[in-house]
Amino acid sequence: MKDKIANLLKQYDNDRSRLIDILLDIQEIYHQVPDEAVGILADQLDLSKVDVEQTISFYHFLTQTPIGEYAIYLNDSPGAYMYGRAEVAKAFEEEVGISFNSVTQDGLIGLWDTADIGMNDQDPAAIINGIVFTELDPAKVKKIIGEIKDGKKVEDIAENVADVIYTKGILRTMVKNHIHLNNPIPYDDQEVGSVLKQALDLTPEQIVSEIKESNLRGRGGAGFPTGLKWEFCRKSGGDEVYLICNADEGEPGTFKERVILTELPKMLFEGMAIAGYALDARQGIIYLRYEYRYLLAYLEDVLQEMRDQNLLGKNIAGKTGFDFDIRIQLGAGSYVCGEESGLIESMEGKRGEPRNRPPFPVESGYLNKPTVVNNVETLCRVVPIIQNGADWFKSIGTKESAGTKFLSISGDCNAPGVYQVEWGMTIKEMLKMVGATDVQAVKVGGPSGTCIDPTQFGRSIAFEDLATGGSMIIIGNKRDLLKDFILPFTNFFIEESCGSCAPCRSLTVILRDKLTRIIDGNGTQSDIAELYDWARLGQTANRCGLGQTAANPIITSIENFRNLYEDLVKTDEDYLSAFNMEQAVAESCEVVGRVPNIKSH
Amino acid sequence: MNKNKKLYFEIDGKACYAEDGQSVIDAAKANGVFIPSLCHVEGVKAAGSCRVCNVKINGRNMTACTTPVTDGMVVENDIPELNELRQAIIEVLFVSGNHFCPSCEKSGNCELQALAYRYQMLVPRFPYEFPIKGVDASSEHIFHDRNRCIMCKRCIRTVTKDGKNVFAFNGRGGEHLHVVMDEKLASQLTEEEAQEAMEICPVGAILKKEQGYLVPIGERKFDKLPIGSDIENK
Repeated sequence: MKDKIANLLKQYDNDRSRLIDILLDIQEIYHQVPDEAVGILADQLDLSKVDVEQTISFYHFLTQTPIGEYAIYLNDSPGAYMYGRAEVAKAFEEEVGISFNSVTQDGLIGLWDTADIGMNDQDPAAIINGIVFTELDPAKVKKIIGEIKDGKKVEDIAENVADVIYTKGILRTMVKNHIHLNNPIPYDDQEVGSVLKQALDLTPEQIVSEIKESNLRGRGGAGFPTGLKWEFCRKSGGDEVYLICNADEGEPGTFKERVILTELPKMLFEGMAIAGYALDARQGIIYLRYEYRYLLAYLEDVLQEMRDQNLLGKNIAGKTGFDFDIRIQLGAGSYVCGEESGLIESMEGKRGEPRNRPPFPVESGYLNKPTVVNNVETLCRVVPIIQNGADWFKSIGTKESAGTKFLSISGDCNAPGVYQVEWGMTIKEMLKMVGATDVQAVKVGGPSGTCIDPTQFGRSIAFEDLATGGSMIIIGNKRDLLKDFILPFTNFFIEESCGSCAPCRSLTVILRDKLTRIIDGNGTQSDIAELYDWARLGQTANRCGLGQTAANPIITSIENFRNLYEDLVKTDEDYLSAFNMEQAVAESCEVVGRVPNIKSH
Repeated sequence: MNKNKKLYFEIDGKACYAEDGQSVIDAAKANGVFIPSLCHVEGVKAAGSCRVCNVKINGRNMTACTTPVTDGMVVENDIPELNELRQAIIEVLFVSGNHFCPSCEKSGNCELQALAYRYQMLVPRFPYEFPIKGVDASSEHIFHDRNRCIMCKRCIRTVTKDGKNVFAFNGRGGEHLHVVMDEKLASQLTEEEAQEAMEICPVGAILKKEQGYLVPIGERKFDKLPIGSDIENK
């Protein structure tokens, strides 16, 4: 093992900042990061063992116990349950003969719950050894497990199980794209590079000012003006500048980047090259969430194609001195790494804990150099803006929200998928577009966004009203909103909290327990009031945007669905919800063999 | 007060001066203003993790330990909204660990306890979580009790042996994150280093073995005056 790991380290120049890559490689070989490997890494990188382990233990897909030769990660997000996740999980357990989150005795198969994998339009979905299996049902599960037991390769199993195989370039996958470009911003694959050449006739400053003028705002959720970010970065100066493309959409209900990466990678890379030119950056890095690892070879292939066309590399498109290339950095399973500074920490081989600001990444980001982090969709928008001008872009959308938005729409509707819409579309129009009727609620912007009721469906999707990174979960009337959405979303935030800020780490647990009490029918009116007040404490107290919004499922559901809470709580004023006598004496009763004869009230 | 200092700023209306690059919390201290914190260690890169030093800077919530003073900055510190938030965070820390003050060796010297007194916490508003946490007594000189740990990262950032971290986070999230001690390195710590580690810990999570309750009641750090008094009465 020592030689193997020494070789791996050599591949990465013994560079501590590439620790995630090194650990992923080790995980791939051994289906875990063995203790011996941790020791070797610690010695070689001059770290303590616990220091290496703090990185490993941060990421869902890095483990210190074996995950199985065939590791089956089944999406566990609320969206998956809408499409029958419970039956699929049961089928897996029955076929394999173990419960979830364990491995068979022979080490062959492991079953694991996993947070959202970005397949909400084709759930239930699972990742098996990096390959995505979609639209699962008990029959498919039976087939998959049968073929695993026959020793087949995962790629072959995917081919056998899929209804349709999607093929683009070298990409062969059963993941469908369900893309609806009903208001497309034109893009032609044939002309890739033409806009880049157009851009290279301008000065970097001219490009920044065009982007500023276009009012392009970040498409990841925060909506920061892109041109301004670029300008700040340019002002920071320095000879080494990094452009990072954030492809780590981890918010449950978000999958538009997966589709953009599959359908429009050249547009993305062209946008990155233009951004690289505008920022004087030589290196672009795509931080690709581990769940999308199945796209890696395909994206590398497209990058190579563009290098061959001199659209990446040295003296790009004949412009002497403009060198820019792109590498892909894999994540390892962490929602918080979608936050730009958490992402940078992760890229440096550390726990993906968001950084304190100031300094902002544009001043001191990746490897402490000025860094721009832009979302996949944002970087794609750069291309048509340079092609057609800022005024054209501003003519689409609303006053404060220029252009179009890719929405990931899932849940109770006829046609879930990715839609490109003009900013300003109302929720009502959106529901009609996707064929959704009988709707109880729409979760706008995923769990961290807002949960709205039908009286608000006239509101529009725009930064000035319902701002969103694009996740739209449609929840029908027959669903149990609090139990099946608000509670698991809260659990999601507990699980995914990096743990650095005390309120995000611990207050969320307190909130979850109180919410559970209400859902279980043991709450009172005062519990609702306290839950709301306590939930709001985190909004200002936490460091990063994710921590600040972690209680949003609770806050917005109390604001807009108070009746659901009121229906659940006891109206008896004397009821003491904090204490349950029956529960308190249960253990002692069991010990002495007595049947509890105390009613809790 | 040294008026030659470069930057002028205000805390709750009080004129203050700071050196370039100085954090709000350190500059406040130098100007006789106490801003509470559980994770800050002067001279060590700020963690901004306990969130207790939340202040309003030009109207925005920021942590005083991570924000450098800029000229003309207006800081709000001792105001009901922030004191309420601080008290809530302190209460969160109490219920999410197992803090039994009467039996804790750090009692009287514990910053969490002292802040609870200062912010007049009587009983936490939140229900006790009574989480199950471990203890690690493997090291020769250190007793590491995770029940009392508030995950402030002070030990992670300061306690090293041969340049390597002795303490580190493990796991993530509200229910799995904990601080662990490197077995090999911890066993190499000298008695003095163990004592320093105990002192850097704001609570009673890191204790030095084979000694106990050395300082009599009445002489402990916070027995006579509330935490922060030394700064305010300077």
